[in-house]
Amino acid sequence: MANVKETVLRVAGCAVSVKRAGQGAPLLFLHGGGGAPRWLPFMGRLAERFDVIVPEHPGFGRSETPDWLDTIDDLAFFYLDFIGELGLERAHVVGNSMGGWIAAELAVRSTHDLASLTLIAPAGIYVKGVPMADIFLMSYEQLTRNLFADPAFAEIILAMPVTEDEQDQRLKNALAVAKLGWAPRLHNPHLAKWLHRIDVPTLICWGDGDRLVPPAYGPVFRNLIPGSRLEIFERCGHLPHVECGEQFVRTLIGFVEGVRR
Amino acid sequence: MKFFMIHLMPYADLDLSYDQKYDSAWVTLPNSYYDPIKGAKLYNRYLDELEYADELGFDGICVNEHHQNAYGLMPIPGVMAGALARRTKNAKIAVLGRALPLLNNPLTVAEEYAMLDNVSGGRLIAGFVRGIGAEYHAWGANPAESHDRFHEAHDLIVRAWTEIGPFPFEGKYYRFNYVNTWPRTYQQPHPPIWIPSQGSRETIEWASHPARKYTYLQTFSPVAALARYMAIYKEEAERQGYTATADQVGWAVPIYVGETDARAHAEAQPHIEAFMNKFLRMPPEMLLPPGYLTLQSMKGVLKAKGAMLAGSHTIDGLLDKGMFVCGGAETVRQKLAEYQKQIGFGKLLPMLQFATLPHDLTNASMERFARKVMPALRAA
Repeated sequence: MANVKETVLRVAGCAVSVKRAGQGAPLLFLHGGGGAPRWLPFMGRLAERFDVIVPEHPGFGRSETPDWLDTIDDLAFFYLDFIGELGLERAHVVGNSMGGWIAAELAVRSTHDLASLTLIAPAGIYVKGVPMADIFLMSYEQLTRNLFADPAFAEIILAMPVTEDEQDQRLKNALAVAKLGWAPRLHNPHLAKWLHRIDVPTLICWGDGDRLVPPAYGPVFRNLIPGSRLEIFERCGHLPHVECGEQFVRTLIGFVEGVRR
Repeated sequence: MKFFMIHLMPYADLDLSYDQKYDSAWVTLPNSYYDPIKGAKLYNRYLDELEYADELGFDGICVNEHHQNAYGLMPIPGVMAGALARRTKNAKIAVLGRALPLLNNPLTVAEEYAMLDNVSGGRLIAGFVRGIGAEYHAWGANPAESHDRFHEAHDLIVRAWTEIGPFPFEGKYYRFNYVNTWPRTYQQPHPPIWIPSQGSRETIEWASHPARKYTYLQTFSPVAALARYMAIYKEEAERQGYTATADQVGWAVPIYVGETDARAHAEAQPHIEAFMNKFLRMPPEMLLPPGYLTLQSMKGVLKAKGAMLAGSHTIDGLLDKGMFVCGGAETVRQKLAEYQKQIGFGKLLPMLQFATLPHDLTNASMERFARKVMPALRAA
């Protein structure tokens, strides 16, 4: 594994755990509801070309839960502060699921320091008549199985031994997801009104077998974000960067090459 | 000891084979399982039972709040309490809801309780609860805010009752320019407040605080857990510099009194087993959404409740754990005296109707309880 540095940074009064590796343009990855407890293969592949920065959101994993954390807006502003604090310029922001929601929220507020935006099966909007799955009524096992199109991935994850510390972090992550996304369920009713403000190149990725946020959300996001591109990953679930890692890395790199001016 | 008959008003006509298709009698069980013709009869039957408890000399009668389920049909318990306020004369009327964190405007409860207290001439007992986890799924209320909303709503309601209005209230969740509740409560400064709970240290500590000294009620728990929680209440009171009285703690438990031990066992068995295995059935995710308990409590309870909700209880297992008290009058009297002596609760909330238990058996059990069990225990 590449040289992954794990540090604790203090931003907006909150100590956040950050993993970082690689050199190149900054790429900020915002994780989904499951957190980012470990460095994943796609991060390593991206670190061959980028300065990959993977924080655990305030309220998640080994990061603190600050008093100010109430809504997704708080995380959007937090990450604008975070980008400023680290002095990231022309950052590529990539977010999955709840992290995609945060990425979209921060981008409607300001794209000043962004070079591009990549949303992987983001939450954040609600498409009438197409409900998301109710993750809060799923056991950990059911949720894990629903993340992937290929059951083999879930089997591998479910077979891994779990430490007490990891167990605690799962509960902590679930609490943060509920706090931010219980109601309105994993979306902000006002976000769709302002997605047109996003003025950086935007890539939207969706697995055609996503059982959590239905693929029907993909074209809606594409239509709301000017000039964005939608990439469908076949036989792939809610985590294309994990389940179709190589294809995702190629797609992202191709997209970013096109962005360079 | 004082006796308050509690009723859940379950949908007793539930098709018990529902669990072949659905994993719970809560939240996701389609309401097509509810037949309004049967339901209307049940409501009136259950009101009759609670009114009869007043005639039989119970100190109080209790209604309850749960949402979107077959377990208890009182989503708006004040409707039942209002009906009972007019038809009963002596019994206290305890509303063992209202789930404060579910509310957009807690002042509705300040108003509702004040009305009930006036109509009943000061017989209201005001319950405040957080609701069980399933309520948060049913109502879309955020369980991560449950504790904070509960405390803020409670503070608002008690201020609305005790401070002369209008006054402004600026909370995190609730904000008002004018808090000025009409009517004022009949009982001054306010009706007694009871806190029913499934047992969490935070709730017990809060209820026992000298500024509150609220009656804490442990609901449907094994006797060992009951003893532990009651002890915590009393220790906590000592720590805070006063001695709690037996009156400050109560126990809600299903009870069946039959002609003999053997008949009681046979008569109660299908109904108490249906109560635990069918009516209370739900997956752990439904009972314990994130934030409903603190992370620390959550870890413990997830282990303990997993077994409780699995749906394979037998009457004998429940009797062994002290989650059900059943027998002839003599046996029930002895059991309760023994538990009371060990644990020292001053209020008992017998649930004398449960699940599918029919009206005739319920009434007979109530009569035996009132005539052959209560009198001997009153002095305890």
